[in-house]
Amino acid sequence: MKKIIALAEHRQGELRDITWEILAKGRQLAEGMGAETEVALLGKDVKKLAEALKPKANRVLLIEDDRLEAFNSETYQKVLTQLITERKPFLTLIGHTAMGMDIAPALAVQLKMPLATDCIGIDATGETFALTRQLYGGKVNAAVSFLKSGPYMITLRSGAFPVVEKEPFPGEIVSIPSPLTEEGLAKRFLQYVEAAVGEVDITQADILVSVGRGIKEAENIPLVKELADLLGGALSCSRPVVDKKWLPKDRQVGTSGKTVKPKVYIAIGISGAFQHIAGMKGAGTVIAINKDPKAPIFGVANYGIVADLFKFVPVLKEKVKGMKKS
Amino acid sequence: MNIIVCIKRVPETTDADVFIDKTGKDIDKSGLVFDLNEWDSYAIEEAILLKEKSGGTVTVISMGGEDSNESLRKCLAMGADDAIRLTDPAFNGSDGYATAKILAEAIRKIPYDLILTGTQAEDDGYGQVGVTVAELLGIPHASLVTRLEVQDKKLKAHRELEGGLEEVVEIDLPALLTIQTGINEPRYVSIMGIRKVAKKEIKTLGTSDLNLKAEEVGLSGSYIRLEKIFLPPVGEGAEMLEGKPEEISSKVFDILKDKGGLA
Repeated sequence: MKKIIALAEHRQGELRDITWEILAKGRQLAEGMGAETEVALLGKDVKKLAEALKPKANRVLLIEDDRLEAFNSETYQKVLTQLITERKPFLTLIGHTAMGMDIAPALAVQLKMPLATDCIGIDATGETFALTRQLYGGKVNAAVSFLKSGPYMITLRSGAFPVVEKEPFPGEIVSIPSPLTEEGLAKRFLQYVEAAVGEVDITQADILVSVGRGIKEAENIPLVKELADLLGGALSCSRPVVDKKWLPKDRQVGTSGKTVKPKVYIAIGISGAFQHIAGMKGAGTVIAINKDPKAPIFGVANYGIVADLFKFVPVLKEKVKGMKKS
Repeated sequence: MNIIVCIKRVPETTDADVFIDKTGKDIDKSGLVFDLNEWDSYAIEEAILLKEKSGGTVTVISMGGEDSNESLRKCLAMGADDAIRLTDPAFNGSDGYATAKILAEAIRKIPYDLILTGTQAEDDGYGQVGVTVAELLGIPHASLVTRLEVQDKKLKAHRELEGGLEEVVEIDLPALLTIQTGINEPRYVSIMGIRKVAKKEIKTLGTSDLNLKAEEVGLSGSYIRLEKIFLPPVGEGAEMLEGKPEEISSKVFDILKDKGGLA
C-alpha cells in the first residue's frame, strides 16, 4: 500500500508541536490518495513518545539507539536513508524547523528525491502536488509544483497546518533495528545551551510594548521603553532588534525567542514576519503601529494604526501621561 | 584557513510596496533597491573575522548576472580576497537544488577548509542551498549557526533551535555552515571602500567551465517550478484606528484600560 512517512520531532524528552501538525496534514493527504501514514521516531528510550504517537498514524516506526539520544543530522541521515529506502514512501514529510532544515536537504540529495521546502500549503490531486510557499519574507505567496516524478520530500512550516482532532488509529509500534555502528562521526552533538535569563521575564507581563526594525537606531529604543514604563508593561522586540544588539536576546518574541501571551501586545515598527507572529498570536489584544498599510502584522492585529512611529509614539506617551493624571 | 562564502544579491522588500509583474511569476523589481542578502552579510563578516584572527583567504562566490558584481564588490571591500561570479543563460530558472549543484561544482575547483552560506535568502527563502551544497560535496554541515570557534582541524558551532535554546556541535573540517543573522555585526562599507576594489577582477564561470551539462542546471535541472505568485490572502484584519494622533491615542488608552487592565 502507498505510504506517507512523517518524521517525528522531539527534544529533551518532549514531542514538538510540529509533529502533530505534520501528522494531521499527512493523514489528510493519505486519506485523499488511499495511502497509509507512518511516523518515524528516532531516539533513545522513547517508547513513551511512541505510545503518544500511536493514535495518530497507521504505524509508528521506532528506531532506538543510544547514539540517537540527541538530534544529529549525520546519524539521522544514516537511519532515515535506510528506512526510507526500505519502506519506499511516496511522500516524506519533515518540519521546516531547526531540525528539518539541518536534515532534509542532505537527505533529499542522498535519496535523489525532489524536495520542496518551507511549504505553507499542500494539495494533492492523485499523485500530483500543488504546493504553496512564501517569497520575499511573506510579501507574496507562490504556487509551486514538482518537475520530476516522485517519491517526494516536503518540509512544512511550523504553525501553517492546523491540528485537526480525528478518530484515533488503532495504531501499532514497529521496532526497527538501528543501522548505526561504532563508526566515527564527522559531526558530534556536545550539549544544549539554555537561553540566558534576563532582568525582565517578558512572558509574565500583562502589557508588552514590542519594537521592531522600524525603530531604525539603538538611540531610539528609549522612546518605546518609556512608553512601556508608563504603561507598567515590559519592553520586548522582534528579531532584527536583537540581531543588531539593540536589546538582549531574552527580550525577543518569536520562534527562536519567546512565546508570549500578554493581555495587550503593542507592536511598534514590526512588519510581522511569521516567525514573530508565531510568538505573539496568543496575546489577548494586539495593537499594531506601522507605516506600511500592507504590513502582515495588520493581518493578525485587532487594532491597526498606520503612522510614522516617531510621530505617533510621542503623542501616545503624552496622552497616557495626561490620562493617568486625570 | 581558506574560506569560501556563497552570497546572493536580493531586492530589499521589507519596507517596500510590492507589486506582481506582468509575467505573474515574480514581483516588479523596477523600483526596488538591491543589496547583499542579509544572512549573507553575516556569513561574509564571519569569514573575514576568522581570516583576521588566523590568516588564510576568503573567496566569495555568487550565481547571477552582472548586477551581482555590486554585492561581490561589497564583499571584497569588506575584506574578501577573491570573487567569482557564476553566470550562464542556462542557469535561469534554477531552484534551490540546481543552484546548489552549480555552486558545488564551482567550489570543487577551489581548495577550502570551510564554506559559509547564509541560512536562507530573503527572496526565495528555500533555506536549503547551503546544506545541499555540503551533501553534494560530501562534507559535514551545520545550519542556523549563531556562534563558531575553530579549533585546528575541527570547529565548534552553536546552532539556534526554537524557544531560545541552542545546541553545540563539533564538526570536522572541511565543513559547511549556514550562518544565522545576529552572529556578529557586519562591518560598514564606505563608498571609498567600494571604489578601492572597483577594478579588482571578478572571475566568471559558466556551464562549460563547471563540468555541468545544460540539462543539469536551470529549470531542466530543477526539482520544483514556480507556477505563479499571488498576494497572501488577508486574514480578518485589524480594525484600523483613524483620525488625529491625539484622537487615536485616546482610543488606544481606552483599549489598554479595557483589555489590559491599565489602572
